[in-house]
Amino acid sequence: MAGISLRPARSDELGLRRALSDRMLPTLVAAMAFLAALALAGWTGAAALSRHWQQGVGSSLTVQVPQPHAAAAQGNGDRLATVLAVLIGTPGITTARALSDEELSDLLRPWLGAGAERLAIPLPAVIAVQLGDSGSDLAPLAHRLDQAAPGTLMENHDVWIRRLAVLARSLQACAGLAVLLVALVAAAVIAVATRAGLAARREAIEIVHGLGATDGLIAGRFAARATMLSAAGGLAGAVLAAPVLLALAGLAAPFGGGVPSANPLSALPLGLWLALPGLPAAAALIGWLTAQVTVHRWLRRLP
Amino acid sequence: MVRFEAVGLHYGGQSGRPAGPEVLHDISFELDPGVFCWLLGPSGAGKTSLLRLMYLAVRPTSGRLTLLDTETSRASRRVLPALRRRIGVVFQDFRLLPHLSAFDNVALPLRLAGRPEGQVRADVTEMLRWVGLARRTDARPPELSGGEQQRVAIARAVINRPSLLLADEPTGNLDSTQAERLMLLFKEMNRLGTTVVVASHNDALVARHPAAELRLAHGRLESHD
Repeated sequence: MAGISLRPARSDELGLRRALSDRMLPTLVAAMAFLAALALAGWTGAAALSRHWQQGVGSSLTVQVPQPHAAAAQGNGDRLATVLAVLIGTPGITTARALSDEELSDLLRPWLGAGAERLAIPLPAVIAVQLGDSGSDLAPLAHRLDQAAPGTLMENHDVWIRRLAVLARSLQACAGLAVLLVALVAAAVIAVATRAGLAARREAIEIVHGLGATDGLIAGRFAARATMLSAAGGLAGAVLAAPVLLALAGLAAPFGGGVPSANPLSALPLGLWLALPGLPAAAALIGWLTAQVTVHRWLRRLP
Repeated sequence: MVRFEAVGLHYGGQSGRPAGPEVLHDISFELDPGVFCWLLGPSGAGKTSLLRLMYLAVRPTSGRLTLLDTETSRASRRVLPALRRRIGVVFQDFRLLPHLSAFDNVALPLRLAGRPEGQVRADVTEMLRWVGLARRTDARPPELSGGEQQRVAIARAVINRPSLLLADEPTGNLDSTQAERLMLLFKEMNRLGTTVVVASHNDALVARHPAAELRLAHGRLESHD
């Protein structure tokens, strides 16, 4: 007897190798996985930017002291020294440093041009303050500063941080929604392919069912095939997405306060490196679940 | 063993579709375990529908049908696969899987029953040798003649030593020698305890092998003796 007769045909009694083609489904799932990778990168990027802005800007504030060298309302020194002393003596403030004249004229150059110090404009002193805790209540401090040197303005970045946080959260929500939609579309694609496979193999399924195959066995055969094809598609999508994500990470690095890294491992956040191998696994799970549900529902029409 | 009690059948009527005409009306009979029975009647009498009820391809729309001690009319779908594995069927149109070899087609019932592959190999090889297809094990059904396909279908039906063996015009594509060999196989299985029901138009064959008869006409049981 020839060798082929000895081959167990358990794995493909239903002829699914042809009914669920190894081209169309993996290609579509690969496209879905690629889109999911982009959406996940959007999610991670928005989260990282939000974190960076909150750490960098949220923990600093700017204090303007008009007429810095006039006598202060309280104490013996001038207004600038008094305000600095109040700031340094306030718990939660790490550093408070008055900007030099050069730094000030650098700041004003876009508006006043070079040589702003030569103009007879009374410029306030500007103090850059680093906060140890960005969540502290700054209202009492503003009041005390105003008492020490009336007219002192404290500008914190709360409003901007809140707006940026809302923007970042919205971007994350959109990215999450995109991932969800991609998963649903992938499930729909797999369901359509499975139903096409069921239609193409209807007779074989009826024969095997008539010989005593359980619903679980038939659904298992379809699910095994769909899982394999989906995982292959997911893997292809993740592999294709990796260089694109690295390129995007390089472009986005300056916005995150970093510099483009020569080491690809550090160019992408760890979360994204973990998510990429998760894509084939997620695709496989969606493939398995969708095929199981689709086939079990379809088989209910048989007695 | 096999008990029909006022069984009626009409197709359709599921999923909101209108029910078709009733193809079997008020069928009642009982077959004791181990009998050999001819199922006779003109074309359109309902022989194939009666067999379909017996191999659980459809369920009765009225009445009670008991097969191998299981009341199938109301049984859960879950108990039916195990019951189907105890029923062998030779279909008029063979119903072989065209992408599988003759060997794998015959092996299918054993593999579905979870038999070890060594036993599958031995049993299928012996069965294919018995039906004269030892040299055609690797051929797929489209490469086989009608008679060869029928012998594969017969081998698949009996490989699992079923408790109930049903055949719908099994000798239609066989020459008289092969038809006699098939009858010997059926009788041998019947002697070993299998209940055998054979639907046939072949009056000469029926005359040569007298046995109990179920005679149908217009969807009704005309006689049972």
